[in-house]
Amino acid sequence: MIPVVLTAIVGLLVIVSFFVPHGAIAEPAQILQDWAIIIVASGYVLGAANVYKVNGEAAVKMQKDWLYKYVLLGSMTAMIVVGFFFSGGTEFLNEGSPFKWAYDYLYVPMQATMFSLLAFFIASAAFRAFRIRTVDAALLAIAALIVMVGRVPIGKLLTDSLPEVIQLPTMANWLLEWPQNAAKRGIAIGAGLGVMATGLRIILGIERSHMREEA
Amino acid sequence: MTSRATRVRMTRRRFPLAFLALGFALLVPFLVAPIACAQDSIAVAATVVPAPVGAVTVMDAPNDRGQEVNVTWTASPDDAARPGSVTAYFVERAPGPDGPWTRVDSVAATTLAETDATEDGQTWTYRVTALGPGGAATPTVSSPVTARASWFNTERVSVLLAMLLFFGLVVFFTSSAQSGKQLFVRRIPGIDAIEEAIGRATEMGRSVLYVPGINDIDDIQTMASLNILESVAKVTARYETPIVVPTNYPVVMTLAQEMVKNGYIAAGRADGYDPNSVRYVTTEQFAYVAAIAGIMLRDKPAANIYLGSFYAESLLLAETGFSTGAIQIAGTAQVAQLPFFVVACDYTLIGEELYAAGAYLSREPRLLGSLKGSDYMKVALIAAMVIGCVLETVGITSFKQFFASQ
Repeated sequence: MIPVVLTAIVGLLVIVSFFVPHGAIAEPAQILQDWAIIIVASGYVLGAANVYKVNGEAAVKMQKDWLYKYVLLGSMTAMIVVGFFFSGGTEFLNEGSPFKWAYDYLYVPMQATMFSLLAFFIASAAFRAFRIRTVDAALLAIAALIVMVGRVPIGKLLTDSLPEVIQLPTMANWLLEWPQNAAKRGIAIGAGLGVMATGLRIILGIERSHMREEA
Repeated sequence: MTSRATRVRMTRRRFPLAFLALGFALLVPFLVAPIACAQDSIAVAATVVPAPVGAVTVMDAPNDRGQEVNVTWTASPDDAARPGSVTAYFVERAPGPDGPWTRVDSVAATTLAETDATEDGQTWTYRVTALGPGGAATPTVSSPVTARASWFNTERVSVLLAMLLFFGLVVFFTSSAQSGKQLFVRRIPGIDAIEEAIGRATEMGRSVLYVPGINDIDDIQTMASLNILESVAKVTARYETPIVVPTNYPVVMTLAQEMVKNGYIAAGRADGYDPNSVRYVTTEQFAYVAAIAGIMLRDKPAANIYLGSFYAESLLLAETGFSTGAIQIAGTAQVAQLPFFVVACDYTLIGEELYAAGAYLSREPRLLGSLKGSDYMKVALIAAMVIGCVLETVGITSFKQFFASQ
């Protein structure tokens, strides 16, 4: 019962603070939000421990892909040691620190590599999506063609001699500005109401599966 | 001796020239005079102190924590009459009309307002001084003003009314459902397919991969996903199918562990729960994606469930999962990522369907009641939009203005 009551009090306080600017309400709400940040930050210790536990067990027992576990644990330990002891303490993110070097020249290129895969995946997904088998698929393919060609210079070049209303860039802009925006806003309104409903259920204790004790 | 013709030609040439010279002589005073006047004006402005500013009005800034005061004044008359005679305005404040004065700010001559930072309950008197090349004018003093924290932000009245209406609808339908009334909820194919996907994984002897999104627990989508995770874990426990839940944040990991454990307990299979099935991977977006892609390509789960908040990694996950032949069910309220899931996954929960999934799976009356409340609130919003469009069309803007909030 205590977690449910605490959730209700804290949730209602934060909601009320949206409407009441007075310090008597706003300051406690801000303090609670600061505490949440601290709790989340301290959770990283738990996260690191979990990584060591799960992957360490698999590595020691030489389970499937055990070598990758050693690579993960070794690189994680190296970054922790470099960050804590060889990068100037709290200034570990400053330019020139070994931690920053490792981040910029090891992690960032790998991150960019993963991101660049999107270019290929978009092509493969589009190839599957634009197969015209139904009326809906046909409409999708036509709209996609208009938008894709209309947004590049050749789209204007191809239809420059036509009346402006049927030029590809005009049609592409119209599609993006009107039907696309309307659909997006409809989804966003529904999602917003869903957020409020879920939040209300949690605050009122109707949804409390995350607080359930062991049977 | 010049000929008569030549004398005539010379006269004709000199005649227009004479007129031009006369005209120019007559025009010179009119050309030079303004310049001379301007120079005189500048010369005068450089030596004359500008007139004081008009009335100084001070007001406590509304709808705040009493930390701002708005100061406005009318320009010095010399600002318009003698350009260049006012170069700046000094704004000063003091606890009382007798000082001591502290300068708050110095603003350009074109600025006629200033917002001063203060504390709740403090009283100040302000004065504004016009400054020019000739010196500073006599300051104009305001009346005292006390900064006060507001107890209600009046610009958010419309939000409050909408929220109260929504809460009222939810409470009404929740009570209705609790009293036994049957509430109709339309079928959501994506949610129905979860059990089918888990069954498929069981038949193939492979695991189920559940990704609860890439945001932390403060995102409602993550909470909604974790509520669904318990139902999914209950089904996997019943079918004795392994489930793998890689998480992006440590707090999400701890909650996900509890949800999976509760699911196994609810299915009567507490002994089958593996704590390592829920693991923290990393908080970095693309490192997280790389780890999940590795799980997909090595372990080849037969069912991938992506429910929660996603960003650019959505297509990476969905396409990698597609390449392994897994059945994929996705759900997110991130509108920009929905097209990628729709294209690459077998089933997609769109926007609010993600939030409805928990109620849909559990069929608990109180949860279903909140769904009904949301639906009727949508009706109210649609009605407000139609009314607003009609009123805007006929030129009545007050309805729209009422809903504008800060």
